[in-house]
Amino acid sequence: MLLRGLFNQSKEIEFFSFSNLLSYISLGAILVSITLFFILGLNYGIDFRGGTMFMVSSSENIRVSDVRNTLSSSNLGDVSISQATNPLETLSAGTLTSTDNIFIIKVEKTEGQNIETKVKALLLNKLPDIKFLQIESVGSKVSSELIRNGVLAVLFAVISVLVYIWLRFEWQFALGAVFALIHDVILTVGVFSILRYEFNLSIIAALLTIIGYSLNDTVVVFDRVRENLRNFKSLPLLKVLNMSINNTLSRTIMTSVTTLLALLALYFLGGDVIRGFTFAMIWGVLVGTYSSIFVAAKILLILDVKRNWDEKDSKAGTQF
Amino acid sequence: MPQLSFFRILFIALVCFSSLLFASPNFFYSTVDKKLNNSTQTSSWPDFLPSNLVKLGLDLRGGVYMLLEVKTDDVIREKFDFLWTDVRSSLVKKRKKLGSIRRIDTSGDQLKIEIGNPENIDFAIKEIDKFNSSTELFSSRWSGSVQKGILKISSLENMITITFSDEQKRTLEKQVIEQSLEIIRRRVDETGTREPTIQRQGRKRVLVQVPGLGSSEELISLLGKTAKLTFNEVVSIDSNSNVPAKLDEIVVGSEQNNELFYLLKKRPVVSGENLTNAQPSFDENGLPAVSFNFNPSAALKFGKYTKDNIGSPFAIVLDDVVISAPTIRSHIPGGSGIITGNFSVEESNRLAILLRSGALPAEIEVLELRTIGPELGRDSINAGKLAALVGGLLVLTFMWLSYGLFGIFANVALILNIILVMALLSILGATLTLPGIAGIVLTIGMAVDANVLVFERIKEEIKKNSTIYNSIKIGYEKALSSIVDANVTTMIAAIILFFFGSGPIKGFSVTLGLGIITSVFTALLITRLFIDLYILFYKPKVLRV
Repeated sequence: MLLRGLFNQSKEIEFFSFSNLLSYISLGAILVSITLFFILGLNYGIDFRGGTMFMVSSSENIRVSDVRNTLSSSNLGDVSISQATNPLETLSAGTLTSTDNIFIIKVEKTEGQNIETKVKALLLNKLPDIKFLQIESVGSKVSSELIRNGVLAVLFAVISVLVYIWLRFEWQFALGAVFALIHDVILTVGVFSILRYEFNLSIIAALLTIIGYSLNDTVVVFDRVRENLRNFKSLPLLKVLNMSINNTLSRTIMTSVTTLLALLALYFLGGDVIRGFTFAMIWGVLVGTYSSIFVAAKILLILDVKRNWDEKDSKAGTQF
Repeated sequence: MPQLSFFRILFIALVCFSSLLFASPNFFYSTVDKKLNNSTQTSSWPDFLPSNLVKLGLDLRGGVYMLLEVKTDDVIREKFDFLWTDVRSSLVKKRKKLGSIRRIDTSGDQLKIEIGNPENIDFAIKEIDKFNSSTELFSSRWSGSVQKGILKISSLENMITITFSDEQKRTLEKQVIEQSLEIIRRRVDETGTREPTIQRQGRKRVLVQVPGLGSSEELISLLGKTAKLTFNEVVSIDSNSNVPAKLDEIVVGSEQNNELFYLLKKRPVVSGENLTNAQPSFDENGLPAVSFNFNPSAALKFGKYTKDNIGSPFAIVLDDVVISAPTIRSHIPGGSGIITGNFSVEESNRLAILLRSGALPAEIEVLELRTIGPELGRDSINAGKLAALVGGLLVLTFMWLSYGLFGIFANVALILNIILVMALLSILGATLTLPGIAGIVLTIGMAVDANVLVFERIKEEIKKNSTIYNSIKIGYEKALSSIVDANVTTMIAAIILFFFGSGPIKGFSVTLGLGIITSVFTALLITRLFIDLYILFYKPKVLRV
């Protein structure tokens, strides 16, 4: 087969020879992300900011400026309009045609039905063939709860993971894994801050999935580290870590590639509604793969693991 | 040599067969859907096959999602307003002893009364406490059960503070929510939509989901109205809204004339809660109107009032707007009447529905409103299907290229995995959302992980020159620990998402979670079976993974 033996490298890669440099890069990226978060903030969707969103389509050749002019005169608060890429440009089936222009209009205010009726009337008046595909309105009370729940969910996930790994491994492993997770989450938030992609509920879902995925990777490496620590009791920790990463490397790459293949299909074909989510996931898989090797293992190296693992020492966790 | 027990093969075959059976209706969605929803039409879907379909979420089929909050605080405040008028009228009679009586701080969930002669405050408390022992003292507006001892009365110098006991407040809140839920259900049912979901959420919230509805406007015009109907005494009519109103009076605008304002007695003579029926009808001039009937006790009150006030106007107020203010021409004893106004036939119809379903006990606020047009839903399904198909093919090809024959084993397991997820979704009646489809596609990518872990281990064992069977056995044994850890951690994320997520996100956590379970099952049992069969029947000399 074509790809067979692609990863059957005979030589071990020395992962830790440039790990100091990478640690600084990771730390720098974390600092930059945090700074960006506080300076630029995030482009919150209406889930978190509150407001009303209209997704409309028109077969007429209208431009963003036309829509803006129609709505600018009326007292709607902050209005933002963007043209979405048509999810159907690549599809032949479906009720919308590829010539339809799709716009996303966001209005600051909610006030229930009034805003909806007002905007609908204004748009229908100017552009009679306009179709309303989706209207979402989130009040400030709910949006602040959604933010709180999102933050809680991410925190709760990180803590549960910390506890799980602590029970299954040693505390050094738990800290390493959790640092890797925090690294991934902060970098994802940073990317959303730079690229100004909309940060909404589905991105929180993506963050939690990234936590799950990144951990998946880290745990596989750690599992091998634990096994090798038992088998090679006299080998220095650095060597054991490097050996373990090399042992699991082909699996790490295989799984990342299959997951990325599925995600890329979703990104290009799954439509606009989940594109933000898929983008976050693709980024998360890349960063998560990196962090399980260069962050989690590096922290394990720094913290130094206790080596006298006896069979009697049941604190070492349950082996399946 | 591998052991092939009959039980093992039977179990796997049974799972595969039944999952195929239960997933099958989804591949003929429109045929089965027709059978389920049009009993009159004959459908080609056979009766002996299961017909459980995966429920499609609102984001895939279109519809309206609404999160409402019932303003229960308003009800409690209103109760105190009524209590105040009751208490005042009883205290005023003892004015000589008590001095001036004044309500201070009208906001909030308490009633504060200041009296002129603080030395007689105990007497005043005794008077107020009578309300605590006799339920008859409460006005008819006091709906719901009134128990004894619901008021907590305390005093400080010349101030009396009346509050509800916590228990009473909770029961009141519960009553209001349950009543609202019932009324919302009745009103949504009047729209004639298919399978609406109306659920209580949290303490004060109601979630309404109506699939297939293209616009929320009709729904809101039905739910947004409290439909609180009252009949009030008219004090005066003015063209100015700044009429000085006394404490027990209120200025209300007119629906028919923007420049007309009514000064009304705050406390209604009778209210819509006492209606037993309301029907659209026509008045003597043939114009649309709504006719109604009172229950006996209200009929008595109404009869007495009309008898005493012949010749004076009388206001019919709906949601704080005067609909009409006819002059009482004669004593109306029977407890029935007719509301006229500038109604169209539709409006009189809607008003009759609103009055019949009852007034909402409190105003409701729309916190979250999501309307998804059916076109977008259909397109999302198509996009999701295509992405799943292409993503699946890419992964299948990649696995085949990487692992050859073993890759094909993994691929068959992957396809079975997807069928298993669909079958479980159908059996559980779970809702498939667009993020849910994303969860399935993600599962496609991640499901091969368990197989990859095993295959890589087997490769290592082969390098160590183990025998073919031992490589496989040890490969599976050694990979198990990693497989468990890796999947438990992802499962943790899925479970947290399930509890914290709402709507579509919950759908994602369900497919992700199911995908994890099925992928472990297929990797550990199904792929293993294929490999064992291969070794048993082909007896390969070299294992190429």
